[in-house]
Amino acid sequence: MSLNGFKACVLRTGGTNCDLETSIALEEVGIKAEIIHMNRIENKSLLDYHLVVFPGGFSYGDYVRAGAVWGKNVLVKLRIELERFIEEGRLVLGICNGFQVLVEAGILPGDGVSETPSAALANNSSARYECRWVWLRVENNETPFTMMMEKGEVLRIPVGHAEGRFLTRSEKDLEELKKNRQIVFRYVLPNGDCANGLYPFNPNGSTYDVAGICNRKGNVMGMMPHPERAFFGWQLVEWGKTPPERGDGRKIFESIVKYFRERIY
Amino acid sequence: MRLRVEVRLKPGHFDPEGDVTAKMLRDLGFPVTMVKTGKVYIVDVESDDREEALRLAEEMCRKLLANPVKDDYSLEVLPT
Repeated sequence: MSLNGFKACVLRTGGTNCDLETSIALEEVGIKAEIIHMNRIENKSLLDYHLVVFPGGFSYGDYVRAGAVWGKNVLVKLRIELERFIEEGRLVLGICNGFQVLVEAGILPGDGVSETPSAALANNSSARYECRWVWLRVENNETPFTMMMEKGEVLRIPVGHAEGRFLTRSEKDLEELKKNRQIVFRYVLPNGDCANGLYPFNPNGSTYDVAGICNRKGNVMGMMPHPERAFFGWQLVEWGKTPPERGDGRKIFESIVKYFRERIY
Repeated sequence: MRLRVEVRLKPGHFDPEGDVTAKMLRDLGFPVTMVKTGKVYIVDVESDDREEALRLAEEMCRKLLANPVKDDYSLEVLPT
């Protein structure tokens, strides 16, 4: 598999803990990945990369609100470059804490960067950390992150977070997201029926069972579940029996590869 | 100037931490009907002007301390 020239930057900061798994997943599908600490980002140019990933973890100890401090840190250090990055149609992926960062930085669900967030990932309705396997339904398979999936396909990928309850400012904002096809994944029952808030299938009480969203253009996506934790067969719950060769999370990384292959900037 | 910034959930927003705390306090025998949680930040700013300090605190809330989708805040100048 050759994807010459396509490079991913996996950002990290104090408290990030999923950077290594995420970059291994990228390398496995053939994307060259570099882990870069925020303190070293000034010596680099984001525009040398085609994909930026904000991985999971507990950046800055989740102080203030999960993702808030890193989100603002991104605005201070990278705002102009990141705006250009997104504008040019390059890809940005936020996983778990990374999704919280994208929301707090105003990058999702809006188009572009804004000082004031227009959505929130509030604490789980169960009032505790939820670490479990969930089922996701693909609502939009026309984004660079979901091209290798069928619409309506059900994926099994785990979550691990205490603040994942997706909230919009109003009902109208939610309608906008639906209309613009920005809702990429929803929590569902194993058979693909809507969870309608039913715990534990919807693990956090998210509005409209939202698990992942993208911007209007589709090149920025954030999701609470961890695709890098459902990548290899041995990461799955069946690992002790005869696990499938690959986990469903792999399809997100393979979609990115397909997008890179088919699209020339 | 020393400021007290209180950030709490907007009315009607679900506060699981408050609910769990209320339940535990009831289990301990307290006649508790409601608990709401929030965060308090004590902030010193380099300004001797009260209005200026409050304006800065307002901006701090907008830019970092509160998420307007779910949070309200109140500001107070503390005696130093």
